[in-house]
Amino acid sequence: MSVKLFAALLESLVYTPSRNGKLRLLRDWFATAPDPDRGVGLAALAGELALKTAKPALVRDLVAARTDPALLALSHDYVGDFAETVALIWPERPGANQPPPGLAEVVELLELTSKADLPDLIASWLDVLDSSARFALIKLVTGGLRVGASARLAKTALADWSGTPLDDIEEVWHGVAPPYLAIFRWLEGKGPRPDPNGAPVFRPLMLAHPLEEKDFAALHAPDWRAEWKWDGIRVQVTSGPGGARLWSRGGEDVSASFPDLAPSLTFHAVLDGELLVVREGEVAPFSDLQQRLNRKAPGAKLQQQHPAMIRLYDILMDGEEDLRGLPFDARRARLEAWFARERPALMDVSPLIPFASMAELAAIRDGTRAASIEGLMLKRADSAYVPGRTKGLWWKWKRDPLTIDAVLMYAQRGHGKRSSFYSDFTFGLWRGEELVPVGKAYSGYTDEELLWLDRWIRNNTTARFGPVREVEKELVLEVAFDAAQRSGRHKSGVALRFPRIARIRRDKPASEADRLETLMATIPDGGA
Amino acid sequence: MLAPHPETWLCTRPEGLFCKPGDFFVDPVRPVPRAIITHGHSDHARPDHGAVLATRETLAIMRARMGEDRAGRVQQEIAYGEALEINGVRVTLRPAGHVLGSAQVVMDWKGSRAVVSGDYKRRPDPTCAPFEPVPCDVFVTEATFALPVFRHPDPAEEIGKLLRSVALFPERTHVIGCYALGKAQRLISLLRESGWDRPVPLHGALMKLCRLYEELGVSLGPLEPATVANKALFVGNIVLAPPSAIQDRWARRLAEPVPCLASGWMRVRQRARQGGVELPLVISDHADWDELLDTCAEVQAPEIWITHGREEALIHALAQRGQRGRALHLVGLGDEEIEDEPGGGE
Repeated sequence: MSVKLFAALLESLVYTPSRNGKLRLLRDWFATAPDPDRGVGLAALAGELALKTAKPALVRDLVAARTDPALLALSHDYVGDFAETVALIWPERPGANQPPPGLAEVVELLELTSKADLPDLIASWLDVLDSSARFALIKLVTGGLRVGASARLAKTALADWSGTPLDDIEEVWHGVAPPYLAIFRWLEGKGPRPDPNGAPVFRPLMLAHPLEEKDFAALHAPDWRAEWKWDGIRVQVTSGPGGARLWSRGGEDVSASFPDLAPSLTFHAVLDGELLVVREGEVAPFSDLQQRLNRKAPGAKLQQQHPAMIRLYDILMDGEEDLRGLPFDARRARLEAWFARERPALMDVSPLIPFASMAELAAIRDGTRAASIEGLMLKRADSAYVPGRTKGLWWKWKRDPLTIDAVLMYAQRGHGKRSSFYSDFTFGLWRGEELVPVGKAYSGYTDEELLWLDRWIRNNTTARFGPVREVEKELVLEVAFDAAQRSGRHKSGVALRFPRIARIRRDKPASEADRLETLMATIPDGGA
Repeated sequence: MLAPHPETWLCTRPEGLFCKPGDFFVDPVRPVPRAIITHGHSDHARPDHGAVLATRETLAIMRARMGEDRAGRVQQEIAYGEALEINGVRVTLRPAGHVLGSAQVVMDWKGSRAVVSGDYKRRPDPTCAPFEPVPCDVFVTEATFALPVFRHPDPAEEIGKLLRSVALFPERTHVIGCYALGKAQRLISLLRESGWDRPVPLHGALMKLCRLYEELGVSLGPLEPATVANKALFVGNIVLAPPSAIQDRWARRLAEPVPCLASGWMRVRQRARQGGVELPLVISDHADWDELLDTCAEVQAPEIWITHGREEALIHALAQRGQRGRALHLVGLGDEEIEDEPGGGE
């Protein structure tokens, strides 16, 4: 029954937008699916199922031999997705009286079966499954499975279900292979905590809270250390005899996207830092880094034009020695000593910013305009490296956001709890006599403001396009954002980072909203 | 004498399908002097005809929806199986299994027989009489789900899926978008068959027809208006509403609603996901692909006329089975299922 159960889980995950809903579905899977299918499913969700996959042409040939070509073509036109068409059109065989295969059985047989026997094997499975299980199976064997849940979410559900802290699970996760029998035994209290045995594992990161005014007032300068907050991607570097990895903030292995860094990882340590694209000493805009992150196997040209490096700011392990219990100052000294000793290529150490008073630090923060710097990080000198977001140890102190007064142009309904509200707003600025859309915001407003906006939109709709409403170009919104960047993908030629609604400017006529040129002027070096 | 081919006496006009010797239309889209109405859905039963002939139930549904004065100046009831001569055309109604009162129109003229089936389905439905195949020379069929990708699953399995979701999310309201005539009452019956005996809260737009079904002898168990005052009823319950309401302001009274939609279209993922549906239920009041082909075979008609839907695939498949298919391209039909999609008005 298990392929069917797993297909039902996948289908529910895809249709369920809310995080809590997905967590509930996953917990139910862990509680009810049998081993080893439970772990095979988890691996598929976490993107860690290495499968020998079949070519889509194999499935195409199978269905072509079983259906009328004209009807298949009409059906494909109507449905759109070919795998789904096959799943729906596959002729049922009421006589096929075998039991449907288990999930682990499917994975195992795919591995063991010769290429010549693969078509018959897959056809025999499709014959005994229902349409949603056929869909999941086709996606699984052709390598196109999309699951509607992240690895992080799956692990969070595992933590919720077992009552074990997520951080503890993270630290053993990468040391155990699918179907994770040792992890399930441990989580169910039937076995010891799995020992990674030197395999590279992810150690949960220490995270910062945003600094607010009331918190700032309580800070005593000598207790704190300051660093720049770089606009890159947080990574953990793990390297040792068991191998080397780059982990993202959520514990995802991103090593494959950065093969240029691999030769530098010859040491034995665990480090915390920021992944950046740097050209001739200048940190490139975030969008350049994003292009690297989106490629699972970047070409030589991309690596050359978007050269990556890591700016280090903490050390968790030096060899086998766990430094996480040491205070920040001691770890910082160990980091600098380690760096002086190892001199790894394509890495440097993020400098500490000296300051005598909090007022001086505030002036430094206000004075930075470089796009690569989002603001400051404040770290308590005596704080140990604590996983998660413990308040009062690390603060992120972003620069004040920029704002523009933009005109509301379109609105779309939200998802889940907000599905009855028009809560996603597209806003624009003036270019000559026309308004050009410059961004989309779906946060920043209060519940009362959302109610008001929803009503205003319903009363001022001029056209509808499916779920989108176009509105009278009359309402001005003050939009806050962290930075503007040039973009070839947007009609206006500009993209905003983290736009959100700061205020509704009912007092301001639309004609007095900002012009596109004003926004362009905020891009450093004039947006060259 | 050779019987006249139905194409000599049954034709399409802008108003709809017209029986020349009988001088009446079947399901006309504009007001006409004389109409036979197959069933009460608004794309088949339009207001303001002169004389209307239909089953007792269909007439009652028409009066309830459009008012006494617009459901036909002269309303004539005819029971299933009862024969009536209209200008020499013998007219009989047979159950179509689509919704309560739905009928096929059987017309005999000089030894030739045409059957206009209206919308129909072949699955058992406790809220209406089952479809009866009638052998004929021309069978006029719909083709709403005429593609081999449309094979409706067992509705009991779909209800099982719904009840499992209710068990998994006991603090939330499952709100099912469904058409007010037919689908709503069938869903309630399916729920009752599965043992669901709680009062079913209903959106105001559904209440009237549910009450009418009960008056016409279809019992649906306890029903409640889904008003704000009845909020306590919503937690962990299943609420029915028109598709357009399930994600609009009306739904804010529900407890973290899980939007569900019951329709044959839900078989295709993209269709289901477009509307933000979280639980698609493939439950249809139309024949699926196999049922369309089986029905065409059962009635043994050498010619099949197709009123609306995906006629190309059906004509192709019928040709392989030795039956000639012909598309009538009747306009104005098929809107009933389109209304099943959310976002179609507020």
